[in-house]
Amino acid sequence: MRGRVWKFGANVDTDQIIPAEYLVTGDARELAKHVFEKARPGFAEKVRKGDILVADENFGCGSSREHAPRALIGAGISCVVAKSFARIFFRNAINIGLPVVECDVSAEDGDELEIDFEKGVIRNLTTNKSYVFKPLPEFLLNLLNSGGLVEYTKKRLSIYE
Amino acid sequence: MLFPLRQIFLMGAVNLLAMTIAEKILARAAGKDNVEPGEIVEAEVDYVMLNDVTGLPAFEVFEKFGVEPIKEKVVLIQDHYVPNKDVASAEQAKAMRLFARKYGIENYYEVGVSGICHQVMIEDGFAAPGRLIIGADSHTCSYGALGAFSTGVGSTEAASAMALGSLWFRVPETMKLVVDGEPGRYVMGKDIILHIIGDIGVDGALYKSMEFYGKAIEDMSLADRISMANMAIEAGGKAGIFPPDEKVFSYLEGRVKGSYTPVYADENAEYIETLEYNAADIPPTVAKPYLPSNVAPAAELGDVAIDQAYLGSCTNGRIEDLRIAAEIMRDRKVHENVRMIVVPASKKVYEQAIEEGLVKVFLEANAYVSGPTCGACLGGYMGVLAKGERCISSTNRNFVGRMGHKDSEVYLANPAVVAASALKGRITDPRELS
Repeated sequence: MRGRVWKFGANVDTDQIIPAEYLVTGDARELAKHVFEKARPGFAEKVRKGDILVADENFGCGSSREHAPRALIGAGISCVVAKSFARIFFRNAINIGLPVVECDVSAEDGDELEIDFEKGVIRNLTTNKSYVFKPLPEFLLNLLNSGGLVEYTKKRLSIYE
Repeated sequence: MLFPLRQIFLMGAVNLLAMTIAEKILARAAGKDNVEPGEIVEAEVDYVMLNDVTGLPAFEVFEKFGVEPIKEKVVLIQDHYVPNKDVASAEQAKAMRLFARKYGIENYYEVGVSGICHQVMIEDGFAAPGRLIIGADSHTCSYGALGAFSTGVGSTEAASAMALGSLWFRVPETMKLVVDGEPGRYVMGKDIILHIIGDIGVDGALYKSMEFYGKAIEDMSLADRISMANMAIEAGGKAGIFPPDEKVFSYLEGRVKGSYTPVYADENAEYIETLEYNAADIPPTVAKPYLPSNVAPAAELGDVAIDQAYLGSCTNGRIEDLRIAAEIMRDRKVHENVRMIVVPASKKVYEQAIEEGLVKVFLEANAYVSGPTCGACLGGYMGVLAKGERCISSTNRNFVGRMGHKDSEVYLANPAVVAASALKGRITDPRELS
């Protein structure tokens, strides 16, 4: 996976990702119109499909709103790389199929990143530096690869029948 | 041969793993004898709670499964944007209403009966010691005050749990927080948790369960424990758990649904970290914008003028909170430059506040009193801030734009500080008034 970087700092909260006044729909594309509207005005217009978010600690802290990862998916974000994630955001992202990588990466707005999920390596193609990350535990990788929690749940329900 | 430190041997025969409260509850719910931090388990939940904001996306996902929900586990509570703030929120509230009717969900709370979801979950006896409860709202961790393991989840996982009755959990490491000493006048659970978050940071308990012990905790009212458990998430915590005691058991008498089994940590349980605090060292505390960890003593803020004072929310909208604010505001008036908004956390709190004459005190002080809603706390409605405005608030978050315009400011504080500040027109330590 390759993408262009948007760099954020620490403690990016879900109110920044999608302000609460827009929590009147669950639709990813509709939510994407307001993504980072207060924290980084103009983001929604400039973001391109495949772009990657890079952030510092505790990305996605605050509310449990799944609208946050949905808004990022709707905006075309292909992956979020952060030093650490708030736990509900982390769960939500995996459950709905947005890849998240816990890794300390040096990158600036506009850098080009290449992520190899299987090898656990991120390359910043702009600075030509590489970073290693620990892949997700097997259970979570399976969850992500099987299409998220919806598909997992369907599979579980069919076993019961 | 080396065994993990946490493994202890009893009588040389059976080996048992000493466990924390979180570990014990997850082990029980996963049908296992023991679990260890880092392990991923599939555990049976006792209840799944949804509100009108997180409900709609969950219901849409749920319909993909083509099954009936496990009805008795589902609790649906209208609270965020009800009474409906606009057409879109009306549609969300309607979606919840229709879902409840379609599947015959008995635990459905309509406007006029309901309140802020976490207060309702506690008041109506869903929350109880030893239970595993998930809610599609981050402040679901509040029920740890009663010795439950409760935590916030997303809408898709709530939908999955409505279908399966279970969900995956990573067993968290547990931090032990010991608070001893006597808190001073007007120092509440809110001040203690703000102080702790100020100390460890907004990710100081990331992915972890926080367990609270010590004399100040034992002496503390259940209401104050709820304020503290409520804000575990503001330190990144997965849960904030208090060992249940007589105060919890007597509160639950006549209100708890079904039976429950209190769970306590083993003596040798292993904690990733132990932190000690003295309540006597903690003054009425305020969290300045834009993080709950940005704390300072209320008395040391200097002249910080306010436009709005907000008393309410799942953190501090209980009868105990209204009482202390009313005590300060009795026979006084809200400052002419301030709007004060009082929102009891539930219908029951509202009724009791009327019976005790507290609503009259607020009205006579020129405060605005409304029925329960989450509205203003998250910048939805019923108290949204304009550009450049400042609010002292008994809520839990002060992020950029949390209560309105991105250039507005929220200062978090306990109800006594909110009341004193409303009277003075600037952020005020209530001890200054007495």
